[in-house]
Amino acid sequence: MQELLVISGKGGTGKTSIVAALAALAEDKVLADCDVDAADLHLLLRPEVESVNEFYGSNKAVIDVRICTGCGRCLEVCRYEAIKEFRVNPVFCEGCGACKLACAAGAITMEPNLAGYWYISDTPYGPLVHAQLGIAEDNSGKLVTLVRQEARRLAQENNASLIITDGPPGIGCPVISSLAGVTLALVVTEPTVAGRHDLERVLSLASHFKVPVTVCINKYDLAPEKTREIEDYCHNAAITIAGKIPFDIDVARALVNAVPLTACSSGAAARAVRALWDSLQVHLERLKKSLS
Amino acid sequence: MHVAVASGKGGTGKTTIAVNLALALAEKIPVQVLDCDVEEPNAHLFLQPVFQQEEPVTLPVPEVDNARCDGCGRCSEACAFHALAVAGGRVITFPEMCHGCGACIAACPQGALAEKPQRIGVVARGRAGRIDFVQGKIDVGVPLAPPVIRAVKKQARGEGLTLLDAPPGTSCPVVAAVKDCNFCLLVTEPTPFGLNDLRLAVGMVRELGIPFAVVINRSTLGDLRVERYCRHEGIPVLLKIPFNKKYAATYARGKCLVQEYPEWAPAFAGLWREIERLVARHAGIAGN
Repeated sequence: MQELLVISGKGGTGKTSIVAALAALAEDKVLADCDVDAADLHLLLRPEVESVNEFYGSNKAVIDVRICTGCGRCLEVCRYEAIKEFRVNPVFCEGCGACKLACAAGAITMEPNLAGYWYISDTPYGPLVHAQLGIAEDNSGKLVTLVRQEARRLAQENNASLIITDGPPGIGCPVISSLAGVTLALVVTEPTVAGRHDLERVLSLASHFKVPVTVCINKYDLAPEKTREIEDYCHNAAITIAGKIPFDIDVARALVNAVPLTACSSGAAARAVRALWDSLQVHLERLKKSLS
Repeated sequence: MHVAVASGKGGTGKTTIAVNLALALAEKIPVQVLDCDVEEPNAHLFLQPVFQQEEPVTLPVPEVDNARCDGCGRCSEACAFHALAVAGGRVITFPEMCHGCGACIAACPQGALAEKPQRIGVVARGRAGRIDFVQGKIDVGVPLAPPVIRAVKKQARGEGLTLLDAPPGTSCPVVAAVKDCNFCLLVTEPTPFGLNDLRLAVGMVRELGIPFAVVINRSTLGDLRVERYCRHEGIPVLLKIPFNKKYAATYARGKCLVQEYPEWAPAFAGLWREIERLVARHAGIAGN
């Protein structure tokens, strides 16, 4: 079983639209959405939810006012400014338990915290594992790990040969949890100064975790000279460009109608995604051979 | 006044709004920009600041004094983040898991643990014309963004306007950036993704009790559901920027709208007046 992860560094470069478009092309696969704090893939895949499961993040401190003597030790030790007037604000509490250790009266307990939900769903394009982290919750990395575990379990059950994962933006905790041990990371970038800057950071993260990468330049024709810069950069770093997708109004249309691009358009962008998928299959095949 | 620019969905134009607002106001009032998207900071690409000082951001991680440690394991029991383990009667630390909370130090009966600073990123400060500029950057491979965001926010001057360019999403890094701000601008796009993530972002700012309003970017590239949602929820839409290939090309080259298309400067000045009005109104309501 292979895992293809789609990431970008910069947000809004088109990860989710590309994952949905690939989902409509690939066979025998399981889909996963690891962008757990702003999950959007389900909007394009119209899932029928088969199971809803609770996700517990870090515990949260609770002060029992009947036992609290008001000594203030908890306030002193909390490094997250989570305690004010002997009440814990769960939004800022990281669940470290330092306050509980410091409380001489034993007034503080650490309580489990329902931090979100994860789902297994059926879609016209195959099974999907997705999640929704509660608003202002932490521990997205732990939820990402859970989504990936379930996707792998489901892929084994269904004899699926591939997992396609929509990753989160950035290079922090949820991206690191998404990246560890995947077969191939497809980095979607855009020809802008910000796209290029963020591409370099996310590529060095992938290389830090020794994950093979390939790049896709989305809306490449909006700034041809920036596209050339990115191509030169990748060429010098010995990184392949798996595809280039032109700006095409069909992409926005597909998004507004909530359908994968490749299921509703035969325009320039849809054709480019098909070519991208051909190139990704060659990549994945090569990686399979290099392992065996 | 502290104004955060956040979004839920990435790539909607947070940085565009923050830098153009900063440039439109810098002649009139003191403006500071804090780039709190420490995973992928981009504001510097547009404002081109000259950096004058740079300081590492560190996290206090535990260090074991093996002469004192008797391997009792209280530290690893106390650690909620699995950053310490006992193996063969000895304590091993995993600094990359550590949140720097200090629980292990407090739990150790032998006084065998001390804290040492571990570098996780950097905060740089400089100037871009009249704008005071600060950005944070986590080191590649470091998972924990909030401590670097807190370090950036410590550089706030507290005069005039302090604009915070927040990271995308609605979880802990965004909360760290938006927390304690006087106002939050939520930038979105008129697509199902934009709407879905705007709903989440609205939930977050409401939870934090911060007054907020919406800016719709690329407003002609989608449908009317975002506007309908805002009207239904009573959320003010303060600015709409239409999609235009020329604007996209300006952004691609790292140039700013108010500089290449000065006709946009009054719109950003107006945005600022609306923010001031809404903050005053919120203070009035809170005061009563």
